[in-house]
Amino acid sequence: MRTWLRQHRGAFTRAVHKLLAQRAATLLNALVIGVALSLPAGGYALLANLQGVAQRFTFEPQVSVFLKPEAKRAELEARLRADRRVAALRFVSRDEALAELRVAEGLADVVAALERNPLPDAFVVRAADGGAAALEGLAGTLRALPGVANVQVDSAWAERLAALARIGRLALAALAVLLATGLVAVTFNTIRLQILTQREEIEVSQLLGATDAFVRRPFFYLGLLQGLAGGVLALAILWAGLAVLNAGVRDLAQAYGSSFQLVFLPGRDALAVVAFAALLGWLGALLSVSKYLR
Amino acid sequence: MISFSAVSKRYPGGQEALAGISFSLAAGELAFVTGHSGAGKSTLLKLIAAIERPTAGSVVVNGQNVGALKRGAVPYLRRNLGLVFQDHKLLYDRSVFDNVMLPLSFGTLAPRDAARRVRAALDKVGLLARERANPIQLSGGEQQRLAIARAVVNRPAVLVADEPTANLDAESAARIVDILLSFNQVGVTLVLATHDEALVARHGRRVLQLAAGRLARA
Ligand SMILES: Nc1ncnc2c1ncn2[C@@H]1O[C@H](COP(=O)(O)OP(=O)(O)OP(=O)(O)O)[C@@H](O)[C@H]1O
Ligand SMILES: [Mg+2]
Repeated sequence: MRTWLRQHRGAFTRAVHKLLAQRAATLLNALVIGVALSLPAGGYALLANLQGVAQRFTFEPQVSVFLKPEAKRAELEARLRADRRVAALRFVSRDEALAELRVAEGLADVVAALERNPLPDAFVVRAADGGAAALEGLAGTLRALPGVANVQVDSAWAERLAALARIGRLALAALAVLLATGLVAVTFNTIRLQILTQREEIEVSQLLGATDAFVRRPFFYLGLLQGLAGGVLALAILWAGLAVLNAGVRDLAQAYGSSFQLVFLPGRDALAVVAFAALLGWLGALLSVSKYLR
Repeated sequence: MISFSAVSKRYPGGQEALAGISFSLAAGELAFVTGHSGAGKSTLLKLIAAIERPTAGSVVVNGQNVGALKRGAVPYLRRNLGLVFQDHKLLYDRSVFDNVMLPLSFGTLAPRDAARRVRAALDKVGLLARERANPIQLSGGEQQRLAIARAVVNRPAVLVADEPTANLDAESAARIVDILLSFNQVGVTLVLATHDEALVARHGRRVLQLAAGRLARA
């Protein structure tokens, strides 16, 4: 056990020395990896921020049912209540609606200028199932009821936002896979060059009784450390990028009276980026070693 | 200690480098392997260390059938052998000390003990004062002695040296031979390939003479 630890420490030390001995190349490689990884990580952070914004508004799966003037309110209400897809029901009379409008900023003058109330009576229906298909289905049924002038699904835009976010996440995942492959390729090549330059040492070591594991270990650490450095660099790039963006966002937000700021990845996700980068570096080393160390 | 029975070796796409070789060496024995260039001396030594595998027959070292050894077991065989290669195989990117340290770095010795071993080995070959030098700064004879120090640092029971006196003047060669014999005198089995007739005549009790891959004298 002690020997095993010592050998790993030895391999780790040798890997670190190799990296330090080639500082420029190491930095360049880490930078390539860092830039590559900062793209999906940045996209992920932006998406997370957008979703944060979206979630501040509560999206009740609501359907507004506007009534014709001649509609029979009580009869309609009974039919709505009987529908299992309706979780809750609220009646908003045309007078209430107008009163609400009057209170809304900047509209008081407009309302005052009206000769008569142009608004219809309405039911605000909260659906039991918030899914887009379910809401559309419900809206279709409601539209067909006698006395109903118009039906509006209020959460449609939330659904659309969610769909957009899904597409965004998918695109990010594709980008991440692509760049992860690139990262593995970069490490693969770095380790290949390392193996070539150390061919002699490897050969002599094997002739003198070094095991395969002993010979390979430093290269694994090399790949791992390079990936790790790239991951940390990616976070640094992301952090700097967000700081720059936030300068602009602050002005924009202030114009809307908000103190909104883009936030960095949560600690768990940041850690995941670094761990993922290290893992990919290790993978690149593994592929290279199994191909070039025989 | 070492025994060959009906060993043949054919390199891929080549002629038979060795054919029907049988002999056996007892522990602590000293044997010279002689023959013209291309006779198969290096090939015979490489079979002992499983650097090459026999095409037919069996090579047994220390009770192990070396020819059939699994890849994973080869390193452990080699750690019990001292190998001096025809082309030294020294590393010129590190000091004399670090060259001798190399075989200990994959062993189980604690660093402090390893360093002590390295200095003891360098002392035996008279290179202790040069431990910080780069091997490139050493003369041919000194490089050969360094190769010997690296071979014996693991305290092997068998020492295998491939033409250690080639390209050396008489004085340097004599010193190398003295060093190698001194290990044999303390019980190390020594197999020495050479085409130096005078050397063989002086010390040769056991001579394995190869001619075109066959044993002409054992
Ligand atoms: N790796 C190899 N591939 C193919 N043929 C080889 C290889 N190594 C040696 N041979 C051939 O095997 C034969 C024996 O070679 P070996 O190196 O054992 O001879 P040697 O007695 O050590 O010669 P020298 O005194 O020149 O070192 C030679 O004909 C050589 O060409
Ligand atoms: Mg030879």
